[in-house]
Amino acid sequence: MTVVANPPHAANSTLHRLPDGRWHRIEIVFWLLPLAAFFVLPGYLVLGSQILIVSLFALSLDLILGYAGIVSLGHAAFFGVGAYTAGLLAVHGWGEPISGLLLAGAAAAATGYLVSFLVVRGEDLARLMVTLGIGLLLYEAANKAAFITGGVDGLSGVTMWKLLGVFPFDLGGKVAYLYSLAVLILLFVLMRRLVNSPFGLSLRGLREGGKRMPAIGAPVRRRQIMIFTIAAGVAGIAGGLLAQTTQFVGLEVLGFPRSAELLIMLVLGGAGRLYGALIGAALFMVAQEFLSGINPVYWQFWIGLLLVVAVLFARGGIMGAAEALYTRLRRKGK
Amino acid sequence: MLTNFAGILFDGIAYGSLLFLIGIGLSVTMGLMNFINLAHGAFAMLGGYVCVVAMTRLGLPFLAALPVAFIVTAVAGVILERTLYQRLYQASHLDQVLFSIGLTFMAIAAATYFWGPGQQPVQLPEFMRGQVRVHGLDLVAYRLFLIALVIAITLALVWLVTKTRFGAQVRAAVDNQQAAAGMGIHVNRIFALTFALGSGLAGLGGALGIDVLGLDPTFPVKYMVYFLLVVSVGGAGSIRGTLVAALILGVFDVTGKYYVPEVGAFVIYALMVLLLILFPAGLYGRRA
Repeated sequence: MTVVANPPHAANSTLHRLPDGRWHRIEIVFWLLPLAAFFVLPGYLVLGSQILIVSLFALSLDLILGYAGIVSLGHAAFFGVGAYTAGLLAVHGWGEPISGLLLAGAAAAATGYLVSFLVVRGEDLARLMVTLGIGLLLYEAANKAAFITGGVDGLSGVTMWKLLGVFPFDLGGKVAYLYSLAVLILLFVLMRRLVNSPFGLSLRGLREGGKRMPAIGAPVRRRQIMIFTIAAGVAGIAGGLLAQTTQFVGLEVLGFPRSAELLIMLVLGGAGRLYGALIGAALFMVAQEFLSGINPVYWQFWIGLLLVVAVLFARGGIMGAAEALYTRLRRKGK
Repeated sequence: MLTNFAGILFDGIAYGSLLFLIGIGLSVTMGLMNFINLAHGAFAMLGGYVCVVAMTRLGLPFLAALPVAFIVTAVAGVILERTLYQRLYQASHLDQVLFSIGLTFMAIAAATYFWGPGQQPVQLPEFMRGQVRVHGLDLVAYRLFLIALVIAITLALVWLVTKTRFGAQVRAAVDNQQAAAGMGIHVNRIFALTFALGSGLAGLGGALGIDVLGLDPTFPVKYMVYFLLVVSVGGAGSIRGTLVAALILGVFDVTGKYYVPEVGAFVIYALMVLLLILFPAGLYGRRA
C-alpha cells in the first residue's frame, strides 16, 4: 500500500512556509470576541462556558488528529477521567478549583500515557478499535462502579470553594465563564507555541509521511506517545472544568456520542488548524443549542448530512475554505 | 449445572452466528476495499425494518419476509456503493470514518422519523416459538433454526469464494487489486457485487436478529462495536477468522452476562483490547 497523504493539507501553498510564532492582528480580534460576549450577552453565559470548555476539548483532539494524524474514536475517555477526578475531589472535601483542575489534567495525562503504548502500535484500523475499546471500557467501568461515580444518576454534590479564595461560583455563571476563558486562553497560548515549535513541525511530518520520518532520525513512537499524553491531559483539564463549573458529572462525559461529536466539530472547523477547532466547536454548540431544541431527531439527521457533504466536497472545513479563499485573493492582488 | 452451562453455550453460539452473519459483510468491505464502514449496522437495521414492514403491512409470513429483507438491503447497498462509497475508496481512513458516522446518524434519525423510537415486535411462526428437547436440554427452537441457517449460509459462502469464478476474482482483488485489474478483472464490478452481498447478508442478519438483538433506531450504534470487534479480532477479509471471532465473542458475551452480570459488557471490551494487543492484525489477519 502507498501512504496516502492527507489531501486537505497537501495542496496548500501557505502551509509550506515555516511556522512563525508572531500573533496576527485577526487573532487578537478573535480573542476579544469571547470577552466582548461576556458584556454583551450576559444571558448566555452558561452556554458560553460550555462552548469554551468544548473548544478546549476540541483543541486537544486537534493536537493528535489534526497535527499528528492519529485517529481516535475514544477521546472522551480522557475528558471523562478529568471530569470524574475533579468531581470526586470536590465531593470528598477538596473543592479548591485550580489544584483540582491540575490534578484532573494529571490523572487524564497518566491514563493517556498508558493508553498511548497501545495506540502507537497499530495502524489506523487498530487505533480506531483500541481507542473505541478503551472509551467503552471506561464508560462501562464508571457505569458499574456506581458506588464511586453515581452510575447512571451522575455524580452530584460537587461543591466548589471560592476561586483563588476570593470569587464564589455564582448561579449566573459569570465566574465560571471567566474562569473557563482564562484557562482556555492560557492553554491555547501554550498549544500555539507547541505546534509552532520544531516538535510541532515534526508532528506534521509524522502525519504527512510516517515512513520517511525515521529516515531523518525522528523518534516516531516517542513523539506520538508525547503528543498523545499531552492531548489527554488537555482533554482532562477540559473535563475537570466542566465538572467544576456545572458542579455535576454525568455518565455521558465518557460516552461514544461525545467522541463522535468532537470529531464532527473538528471536521466542520477544519482539522490541523487550532482556530478550526475553536470555530467548529463554537458553531456546533450554538447550532445544537438552537436547532436541537426544535427537534432532536432532525438535528441528528442534518448533522449527519452535513458530515457526509463535508467529507465528499468540503475537505478542510471552514478554516480550509477560508484559507483557500485568502490565498486566491492574494494571488489576484499580485 | 453442566446442562445449564450447555444451554448458555448454545445461546452464545446462536448469538455468535448472528454476529457472524452481520459481520461478514463488514469484513469483506474492509478486506477487499480497505474501507472502514461504521455504517454497516445501519444496513442490518434496514433489513430488520424491511422485515417488520413486510410482515405487518404486506402480511407476508416471517420466512417469506427474510428474502425480501435480503434483497431490499442488497439493492440499497449497491445504490449507496455506486453513488457514495466508491468515491471514498482512496480517501484517508479518517474521511471514511466520518462519512460513515454521518450516514449512521442519518439512518438513526430516519428510522426514528418513520417508525418511532420504540422496540419493534416480530411475530415468529408457530413452530419456531416452542422449545426442542435434545439430550435432556431445552433448546429454543428459533435459535436452533438460526444456527442451522447460518451454517448453511457459511457453507454456501465458502463454496462461493473457493469454488466459483466469482470467488476467485474476489480473492484476486483482495490480494492485489492492481494486478487483478491488470488481468482483466472488473474490480469495480466485483466491489459493487460484494458490497451488495455483504449488505444483503447484514440485512438478513438484522431481520433474523429482531428476536435476539432487538430492533430500535439506536441499533447501528449499539452493535457497531460488536461488528467492528468481530472483524478486527478475526482479521479483515477472512471468512474463517470472522466466524471464529464471532463465536468467541458471542459465547464470552453471553456467559459473561450470565455468570457475572455486575460486570456486564466489561468482559467483552476487556477481551477485545486483550485480543487486539496479542493479535494486532486479527486472528487470521493477512495484512500485518
